[in-house]
Amino acid sequence: METKKTSLYQLHQDCNAKFVEFAGYHMPIQYSEGIVEEHKFTRKHSGIFDVSHMGQLFIYGDNELIKDLEKIFPLDLKNLKINHSKYSFLMNKNAGIYDDLIITKINEGFLIILNAACKDNDFKILKELLQEKYKMVLDENRSLIAIQGPKSSQILNEIISGVKDLNFMSGNWFSFVSQKVYITRSGYTGEDGFEISIPNNFADKLTRELIDKGSKLVGLGARDTLRLEAGLCLYGHDLDRDKTPVEANLKWAISKERISKGDFIGSDIIIKQLNDGVSKIRVGIKPEGRIIAREKTKIFNQSDVHIGEITSGTFGPSVNGPVAMGYVENEFAKKDTKVFLEVRGKKHAASICSLPFYKKSYVKGIN
Amino acid sequence: MSEVKYSKEHEWIKLEGDVATIGITKHATEMLGDIVFAELPEKGSSVEKDGTAGVVESTKAASDVYTPVSGEVVDTNQEIVDDPSKINQDPENSAWFFKLRIKDKSEMDTLMNKDDYDKFAKETTA
Repeated sequence: METKKTSLYQLHQDCNAKFVEFAGYHMPIQYSEGIVEEHKFTRKHSGIFDVSHMGQLFIYGDNELIKDLEKIFPLDLKNLKINHSKYSFLMNKNAGIYDDLIITKINEGFLIILNAACKDNDFKILKELLQEKYKMVLDENRSLIAIQGPKSSQILNEIISGVKDLNFMSGNWFSFVSQKVYITRSGYTGEDGFEISIPNNFADKLTRELIDKGSKLVGLGARDTLRLEAGLCLYGHDLDRDKTPVEANLKWAISKERISKGDFIGSDIIIKQLNDGVSKIRVGIKPEGRIIAREKTKIFNQSDVHIGEITSGTFGPSVNGPVAMGYVENEFAKKDTKVFLEVRGKKHAASICSLPFYKKSYVKGIN
Repeated sequence: MSEVKYSKEHEWIKLEGDVATIGITKHATEMLGDIVFAELPEKGSSVEKDGTAGVVESTKAASDVYTPVSGEVVDTNQEIVDDPSKINQDPENSAWFFKLRIKDKSEMDTLMNKDDYDKFAKETTA
């Protein structure tokens, strides 16, 4: 299959992007300034991310759709207000995660943002689960642009007036040169910011205007270091079909109301794990020196017993040191537990730490 | 006069007497991106031509550093371990990696001069 290009491809080229193939798309890994500068600029100022490879799934329907989606997602969707968003998961019967996603209630139904590598499979699974009762569109005609960092609100608001009044994890329709754009106050960097769903033909124009106002394009490389410092999971690494939301330490995202009823896919396992505990759990890991422990690095306890594995690890530019997360046996998951990471045959001291590594600075939440 | 030579693994080497200073090339740093970690061989240890003699890591990945000649490690540059970003800033000068007392000067003959290396680097990137 031919590698796809997003509607910002030309702009990426104009900005000297280095490209990688990611989930079937030519995506910018970095631009000329490099990952560290792009990362720091996002934290200090404002960075623009082309996330058009992600799936934008619109499902149209009313109360019956809400009931059907509640059988799938562990969310209290009937009490979710219009234009409000929730982080959730698509799970199998064993509560293994097919994908993690953001679901937003819109007037016409729901908008679900899916991971690029998972979106086609998610679509198939959801279509089957919903028995083709509802119109579902995995919209290829819209791009998704994220703008993140402390200056983003001011910059975007100069172009699209009113966005600064959105609360965290809520959205609305706005207009940009008479085009309908759906904007949510959300993101995946630990910073305040927005995600803009915009018709493909206008994505380039909007992005160039954001750049003119002082924001800068940031590649997938810095997106990864930013999200890891913020303690956020990357699907296919920190989450997959062999891990449940409870093991991933994401039980905050599961509605208590829905657990008490327990009538969603995977609920048996989730309830059992919440009651009995889990054998492995996701934790933050801080190496003591400068050594970087990357994905698949083995974790040992003080008696040299293998107790887990790193699932994401890199250098955190804002932390100015290595950061990692991974899964360890439950009894070693307590904060400050000393562990050892095997890198290139040598064991390096590290400790279990709480997440995030870098304090999130979201605006006031809606709930 | 000391001559600087280059390896296919993108190291530079400068010989003065029987002590060689070794680092990675500017071209190597451009390919790696921001370097955030450096590991050097131990002082007093022996390294063999084309063997691993250190590691550099960028935000993206780890890469081995090889030694283009054999010898005993007589000095290492702690400054680049403490602040690896110096490697990006001045790779072919102050951000040297290690110094070797070399065993066999003829090993230098197998390496490239500047013009040949520049050509090689250009061809391998294209």
